[in-house]
Amino acid sequence: MTRLHKVPVIVGLFGLLACAVLLELAVNFGWVMEIIVPRPTDTVLSFPSLQEDMDLVGNFFVTLGMTAAATALALLIGLPFGYFLYRREAYGVAYEGWLAAAFSTPIVLLYPLFLVIFGRNHMTLIVMGCIPGAIPIAIQTRQGLLGVSKTLLNVGRSFNVSERDMFRKIMLPSAVPTIFTGIRIGVMYTLVNIVAIEYLIDFGGLGRIVSQMYDNFSIPETYAAIVAVILVSTFFYWGFGRVEKWLRPV
Amino acid sequence: MADILEIKNVSKTYNADGDSPVKALDGVDLNIAEGEFVSIIGPSGCGKSTLFNIIGGLIDDHDGEVLIDGHEVDGAHKDVGVVFQEESTFPWRSTLDNVAFPLEIEGIDKAEREETARKFIKLVGLEGFENHFPAQLSGGMKQRTAVARTLAYEPRIMLMDEPFGALDEQTRMLLGDKMLEIWAALNQTMLLITHNITEAVQLSDRVVVMSYRPGIIKEIIPIELPRPRTSEVIATAEFGTYVGKLWTLLREEASRGMAEAEASIAAT
Repeated sequence: MTRLHKVPVIVGLFGLLACAVLLELAVNFGWVMEIIVPRPTDTVLSFPSLQEDMDLVGNFFVTLGMTAAATALALLIGLPFGYFLYRREAYGVAYEGWLAAAFSTPIVLLYPLFLVIFGRNHMTLIVMGCIPGAIPIAIQTRQGLLGVSKTLLNVGRSFNVSERDMFRKIMLPSAVPTIFTGIRIGVMYTLVNIVAIEYLIDFGGLGRIVSQMYDNFSIPETYAAIVAVILVSTFFYWGFGRVEKWLRPV
Repeated sequence: MADILEIKNVSKTYNADGDSPVKALDGVDLNIAEGEFVSIIGPSGCGKSTLFNIIGGLIDDHDGEVLIDGHEVDGAHKDVGVVFQEESTFPWRSTLDNVAFPLEIEGIDKAEREETARKFIKLVGLEGFENHFPAQLSGGMKQRTAVARTLAYEPRIMLMDEPFGALDEQTRMLLGDKMLEIWAALNQTMLLITHNITEAVQLSDRVVVMSYRPGIIKEIIPIELPRPRTSEVIATAEFGTYVGKLWTLLREEASRGMAEAEASIAAT
């Protein structure tokens, strides 16, 4: 890791630590009610009991796995659909607005319908997680391909580049940053939906723990489970960042 | 020398939806000999870039013929290498990988294409920057990377559309010297599209002056300045005479273009 990369990580961790210390002081001085926000130290200390009582690590991997499966499905649907909308301009113009509108609707509220269709199982989580993930991926894939510089395409044409190589060696690398913006947005919405449905139907991973701890008024444990959700989110954000860097180093 | 490139009665009309058709080129005839350096100059809207795209095989639906060695060409041709006005290096590729791109497309193995790419990187004076990415290079260096990439394709005709148009005047003159060195080293045929009179005189054997829309060839001026030539030639009286002569020819066309553009804005 170069200095350029280390500094933001150190600054980020320092900022997080500083916020935790400030929050600790705020709770200690009574500026924040302990019943609403626990001390960060209490949250950290609740991890062992949460692991013992609720298998935190196991449920962390359940949520992570559900998010990974739903994201994989979202990619399988979103990327080709975005490409289709790019290739067929009329469909792209016709459907992009509808997709954007669908993306802004709280699909999570349709969970009773999905429970009826798929039952109270992982499939409901995966399908409901996949829908809000696939939409931004499709939109951004289309936008990324539309945004490929005409000059770069002309460079390809001037070198007699085949259609296949034009896509692989020019269009795709050119569109990668925009597509990955869609993937990052998609995976975050997928995670939010999965945790929300776990919470609502009391099934699955971290969302279920948050729900149960909240119902028990176990505030530090509730926050500890939320921290675990943040770790899932960080994992995907970091992971897709690595993949993007691998596909397009600069 | 025999003509390598023949442009015969080339015309092009753009038909935009709802607008009246625009005739960009009207019966352009031009022959270019092998090893010649020719510049095409004209005001904005004279069809220079259209002609560039037709010769480069980037526009197919035109009237007339473009012939290389007497054979009509349709689409991009291995003998024509193109350098664009706009930023055209691939931002995700290093200088070496950018220059090696056309060789990669041709399926040449990595070691060989890198060796060839290094040769052209050295020729354009970018030795030491092989592993730099375009974002780490200046505008002039990026354009030299694009020139090296086209040279690596080993075309017989280099077609350049204002490759240094976005650069400052001093850098442009120095890169003009570099282009003359490359031209002397490779003995390629060079066809430069430009709106810069001094650049055209500094580099060319002949300057083709085009009229404002529809683009036709107004006059062809042979530049009989001694070779080898560098940018120092601009200090000579003869250079000034050529620049004056070209401006006299262009002034009327440029004024016509400006008046039409202003009328068009006023109408909206």
